[in-house]
Amino acid sequence: MFKSLVRYTAAIALLFASFQLNAQDKDAHTATVDQSTTAEDHQVVSEDHNQTTESVESQKIHTSKEDSELNITELIMHHISDSHEWHFFDIDGQPYSLALPVIVYTKNGFSAFSSSVFHHNDNGEVVYTASNGDRFIKVHDIIYIASEKKNHEAWAEHGEDHKVTNAKPTIDISLTKNVVNLFLGVVVMLALFMGISRKYENGVPRGRASFIEPLVVFVRDDIALQNIGKKNYMRFTPYLLTLFFFIWINNILGLFPGGANLTGNIAFTMSLAALTLIIVNVNAKKEYWIHIFWMPGVPVWVRLMLAPIELVGVLTKPFALMIRLFANMTAGHIVILSLLSLTFIFKSLAIAPAAVALTLFIYIIKVLVAFLQAYIFALLTALFIGQAVEEHDHH
Amino acid sequence: MDLVTPDFGLIFWTLVTFLLLVFLLSKFAWKPILKMVNDREASIEDALKAAERARDEMKSLQADNEAVLKEAREERERILKEAREMKNKIVSDAKDIAIAEGEKAIASAKAAIAAEKASAIAELKNQAAVLSIEIAEKVLGKELSAENKQAEMISKMIDEVKFN
Repeated sequence: MFKSLVRYTAAIALLFASFQLNAQDKDAHTATVDQSTTAEDHQVVSEDHNQTTESVESQKIHTSKEDSELNITELIMHHISDSHEWHFFDIDGQPYSLALPVIVYTKNGFSAFSSSVFHHNDNGEVVYTASNGDRFIKVHDIIYIASEKKNHEAWAEHGEDHKVTNAKPTIDISLTKNVVNLFLGVVVMLALFMGISRKYENGVPRGRASFIEPLVVFVRDDIALQNIGKKNYMRFTPYLLTLFFFIWINNILGLFPGGANLTGNIAFTMSLAALTLIIVNVNAKKEYWIHIFWMPGVPVWVRLMLAPIELVGVLTKPFALMIRLFANMTAGHIVILSLLSLTFIFKSLAIAPAAVALTLFIYIIKVLVAFLQAYIFALLTALFIGQAVEEHDHH
Repeated sequence: MDLVTPDFGLIFWTLVTFLLLVFLLSKFAWKPILKMVNDREASIEDALKAAERARDEMKSLQADNEAVLKEAREERERILKEAREMKNKIVSDAKDIAIAEGEKAIASAKAAIAAEKASAIAELKNQAAVLSIEIAEKVLGKELSAENKQAEMISKMIDEVKFN
């Protein structure tokens, strides 16, 4: 197991070797073009700008009290949102982070470049011109197409509520912090589960198999078999197993310091909920649709009333799945960060032990929630599948 | 609002990696594990069933043994009883035969005795007749020279004989 882990880690390290670890001085006023820092052919149009690259965390220490709460909100929001660089820590105000690749598609074609071309700028002050002539800026960790004219130091147009009104690339499939964490989760899963059959000696599990097998049996018996029924459950067990471990492992990875809030991202939960929606409705039997459109056993006027409600229910079930995982994981991250920030809000070291103790408490609960949410997601998916493939009439 | 606005890039990568994982793990992890588990469960079930069967067989064997034993005991009883009956019958038969033989012997002896007696009487009668004739001849030879006396004498004697 450790051998393969090392192998996968080495492969990942190689993959990102081209995207160098960036460190920039916090008082840097001019960002000189440094072609050698990136692997791709690119030009950085750099202007004089007062970019402050110190992280939000280092800011809040220096700011006044009324600002500090706002900054902590920003800090927390920054932590739970996606980003084009994987920020680890600051030393003397110098951010140490992994610049991640940006992959975008516009009408001029695909462009791929390292996010380091923006030199940690997140206000649209640094423009990157791709080889096909596309000009990009980064504002609040979103890639936009740069404006023609410079507008208050930046190449971005702002609407009324300070929202950026610049056009976005048609397709943005950048390997953001969440995507990289997603890949990391995949690597962990492959390392854990691939070649598991070799861990069996005469049908007896050894090594990691003896740890994984009970979980597999748990998913098979308590999630799949119990909700889908004897006839169909084996068809859906592999999917449910992948779903359960995928959510669980990514939940756990998100709890590591520096881990991304991947499972608390609405795009992630939406994808999985959409798959549940598709699987449930594709496999649904006649009885399921009859129960939606023409509920048996009730008067006709009730049937007419129930049909739209049931039809909405088809969508609300996966929608609830999406919201539940998103809200649970995001809320957990917010609570942990808020509690940890108490020391900085009160500006008192005396608060620290209590803050740390509370954080630890919530952290342990989060470890439980990480498992629980994976279980609930898989369980409800199995339940919905079970309702859809049920064939006998239960009235 | 950024928080609840799904980002296309992440949806794309989530779907791609997740579906790839479903495929890879189904083929190389879940199917082998589930097969192992199922096989083992099946073999355990088989073993349990076999044990159950063996226990049943044992029970039926024991029952058979008991039945055989019981039968043997009954057989012995029966044989003993028969033997006893046979003995009694033989003894009583022998007794009956002995009695019958005895009776028969007695009867034949009685018959022989009766016959002997009858023949002895007949002999005696003959002898008596012969003797009487001889005596009579001698007596009569002397006394009865006259014919009337002879005839009187003969009839008188015959009458006497008849009465005997």
